[in-house]
Formats: sequence, structure tokens, C-alpha cells
Amino acid sequence: MAVEKFPVEASHIMMFARSIGDGNKIYYDADYAQGTEPGAIIAPPTFVQASAQFNSNYGLRPRIDGKGWMGSGSKPSSVQREPKPSSPSAEQASDSKGSRRSGGGGLHAEQRYVYHRHPKVGDVLTSTTKPGNTWEREGRRSGKLVFSESVTEYRDQNGQLVVTATSVGVRTERPVDQS
Amino acid sequence: MALRASEIKVGDTHTERVVEDLKRTQIVMYAGASGDYNPVHTDEIFTTKVAGYPSVFAHGMLTMGLTGRMLTNFVGDGRLLEFGVRFTSQVFPGDTLDATATVSGIEGNVVALDISTVNQSGVVVAKGSAKARAD
Repeated sequence: MAVEKFPVEASHIMMFARSIGDGNKIYYDADYAQGTEPGAIIAPPTFVQASAQFNSNYGLRPRIDGKGWMGSGSKPSSVQREPKPSSPSAEQASDSKGSRRSGGGGLHAEQRYVYHRHPKVGDVLTSTTKPGNTWEREGRRSGKLVFSESVTEYRDQNGQLVVTATSVGVRTERPVDQS
Repeated sequence: MALRASEIKVGDTHTERVVEDLKRTQIVMYAGASGDYNPVHTDEIFTTKVAGYPSVFAHGMLTMGLTGRMLTNFVGDGRLLEFGVRFTSQVFPGDTLDATATVSGIEGNVVALDISTVNQSGVVVAKGSAKARAD
């Protein structure tokens, strides 16, 4: 995924810092931040993840019309599945005491950041993402695991590299066993 | 505020309780701020009936964000050079997390740290490393 314009904004940083329970004034008080070493409101270390807000095609955000979203509404999932001939529909089956599971789906396995500098309010970042390695292994609690890596470079308004982010996603064969 | 390389040694640790009795509302806050609205984090009905998990669970990146708070409190604002974790177990509402940084090396003014975040049962939920610039 590529993000053409990711403006780093004060209120966004404040809300992000609140969501991770971080009350550090450098994330919301411009006057305080001015007297610190960075000299301005900076972003918490994991903030660039929120670039998803500025990705017009981000798949984990409901579309404006709400159609095709997988969350519950009048039914546990609003996504319509094709019923298979001679088998109960996925909707019915998923309600039968959990005997049918729809698979684990994707989970976040690993995340690494290299900070060339820390983003600050006023920056306008762009990002480009390249696929990295993929590999498989057998998991004890969730069957076959397929890992895939992607590397995202965030650059500032002057073309300078700010953060390099490496993400590893994993698709599990079935939901992770909690026992 | 920032670490002084001359005042720390390998094996030194810093631990913070980064969340106590994690609430679903905090997960909702993270979804809203980060923009990751995957319903497995906020939609109990979808998660239990369709995805097959016992309840909604935290974004891995919320666990990393919580862990990062401990880290920036320890090394100082704007001092991180690298930060990475593997998500080794899921975090569920009600969990209490303690995050620890352990000094693993000091080279000049760069401090290397091992990072580990554990839940109330002692299960490691995130494990990784970081590097920071010290004075």
C-alpha cells in the first residue's frame, strides 16, 4: 500500500497517544514540547501505523457506504457468502455452537521500526511499500502458518527518509487455540 | 530525561505496568486512532460467531504502542533509533501487561535493549529489541 499524503497532525497524535495510555505532554502540549530536546510535538514510536487513515484503499476500514464490510449488523457478519449446494450456509453453520470455524484469518506477527528521525507535527509523509520474504511453518496452536513480510518507507516533504517499517503478517490455518 | 551511557550497565532493567485490566473501550480508542477497524478487535459478535475466537482481542500494534510508552519513558523523547517486537501471544480484554526493557549492550552512546511484555499469567505477549541514543 502506498500513501501519497500523510499529514502529521497535532490532534491525531493526541488521540493516538491517548489510545495507548500515554500521557506524556510531548504528545499534546506544544508549549511544553518547545522546551524539550525535540523542540516540537513528536509522534509516539508506533504512530506511523496510523498512516492507514490516509490510505484511500485501506481494507480494514468500512467503506463510506458500509457495503461489503465483515462486521456484525443484523447478522453476525454482514458479508454475504455463497451457500454451497448440499451444505448448510456458512451463516447457519457458524451459529451451530461454534462447530464450524471460518479459519483464523490474518494476524500481525511482527513489527520493526528504524527511526532516521521522529516525525513531528507539520510533516507531510509519503509512504511506499515493497513485499519482502514469505515463509511457512507448522504452528502448534493454529495449524500451518504462512508468513509474509512487507517493508514500508516513510519519507518527508523533502524526500528524506524518516521511518523504515517492516511488518510481518501471518495467515493461520485455523483460529489460534487458546487452551 | 535521556539515559546517560556512563550511568547504566548491561543487565539494568526498567519495568512499567502499561495497562491494568484492559478495557474493550481502550481497544476501540486504538481502532479509531490507528484506523485499523478489523472487527476482531471491536465486534464481539463477529469475533465469537464468525472468526472463532473467545472474545475480541487487542491489536498487536496496541500492545506494541503500550510497550513503546515504557520504552520512551526509559530512554527519553525522540531518542529511539530502532524498535521491533514479535507478537507471541494474543492480548484480551481484562489482561494486565508489564513491559520491561533490559540493557543488553552499550556501544559509545548507543544503548541496546531487550524488550519483553508479559501478561498477568506470566505469558510473554511481545518480545523484541530496541536501540536508543544516550548521552
